[in-house]
Amino acid sequence: MTAAPNKIARRAFIAELLRHRGEALVVTGLGSATWDCFAAGDSPEYLYSWGGMGLAVPTALGVALAQPGRRVLAITGDGEMMMGLGSLAVVGDQAPKNLAVLVLDNETFGETGRQRGLTAGRADIAAVAKSVGFNDVMTVTEQDTTAALGRFVFAHPGPVLAVAKIAITEDPWALPEKDGATLAHRFRTALGLEKA
Amino acid sequence: MPSPGSNWPLDVFRAIQARNITLVCTVPDGGLTNLLDLIDADDKIRLVTLSTEEEGIGIAAGCWLGGRRAMIAMQSSGVGNCINALGLPLAYCAPCLMLVTMRGQWGEFNPWQVPMGQAAKPALEAMGVRCFPVERPEEVGETFAAAADLAFNSRTSAAVLVSQRIIGAKGFGQK
Repeated sequence: MTAAPNKIARRAFIAELLRHRGEALVVTGLGSATWDCFAAGDSPEYLYSWGGMGLAVPTALGVALAQPGRRVLAITGDGEMMMGLGSLAVVGDQAPKNLAVLVLDNETFGETGRQRGLTAGRADIAAVAKSVGFNDVMTVTEQDTTAALGRFVFAHPGPVLAVAKIAITEDPWALPEKDGATLAHRFRTALGLEKA
Repeated sequence: MPSPGSNWPLDVFRAIQARNITLVCTVPDGGLTNLLDLIDADDKIRLVTLSTEEEGIGIAAGCWLGGRRAMIAMQSSGVGNCINALGLPLAYCAPCLMLVTMRGQWGEFNPWQVPMGQAAKPALEAMGVRCFPVERPEEVGETFAAAADLAFNSRTSAAVLVSQRIIGAKGFGQK
């Protein structure tokens, strides 16, 4: 059986979603999730990563546990999320009300040549999240769902996880700062932890 | 008050408290039992149970990025699970503090523990982690305190390796 191809165009979708961000902190997984957020408009409240596959959710969990008064959203891809699937159980166990996860799921290892990913088959990341104790999960397949998705990831009591079934697209390069110390410094400065 | 070394988990616990480390991530080890019990009983320190040790590297980095001090406690076999993850705190110049109880060295009973036990220190060093092996119980607390200060004040990665000589080899019923 061949499922209908995913429809959501990621760049416009993320740009529209982030309009609803408010004061939320955003932690991005390596690769296209990082490029998407940077392309939507840079902010020191975005913590980008260029490596550490599987660590987007653990890093976001750490930020959420350190900043319980701030909403934290991890945005990552399906391959990155599959590598850190166990971390969803840690989030479920810790149950931070301020943490949300958005998985941009194109069912493909996009950065490495569009090889088939595990979610192209039977793996359902939202179902995993629900089963390990997330408060709520959501799957969206349409471009015009960003308002509802925004309410879910930025306001619904966490931990919550959403899967957006995105299309495989060719997008212009949009590469943010890659020096980690610079990224950490501006993020911590935005939180008042360091001086500019 | 007991003298240093007569109760090394208590010495480490006091150093954790004194440095305002308020989150401890772990995949447990038998050698960590007493320390983890002390941490679990302290409502000022959050104990985070992991599914695999590398998650703790990300959580601890995220904590520091958000202004909270965290550490990771694990068995030496867990070091192998952390290798790629250890690049993340290096990239962010974030502190990374690990407490590792060793297997596969002093009087090991289980041959499956030996390869990673023997490789733990060189593997950590290959990933830029300063290693502090400890062979005597009275030196665990002060070594941990020094490693913690190095990690948080110099924003580097540091691991305290508690020898199996201190913890004792697991006998699996053998005398």
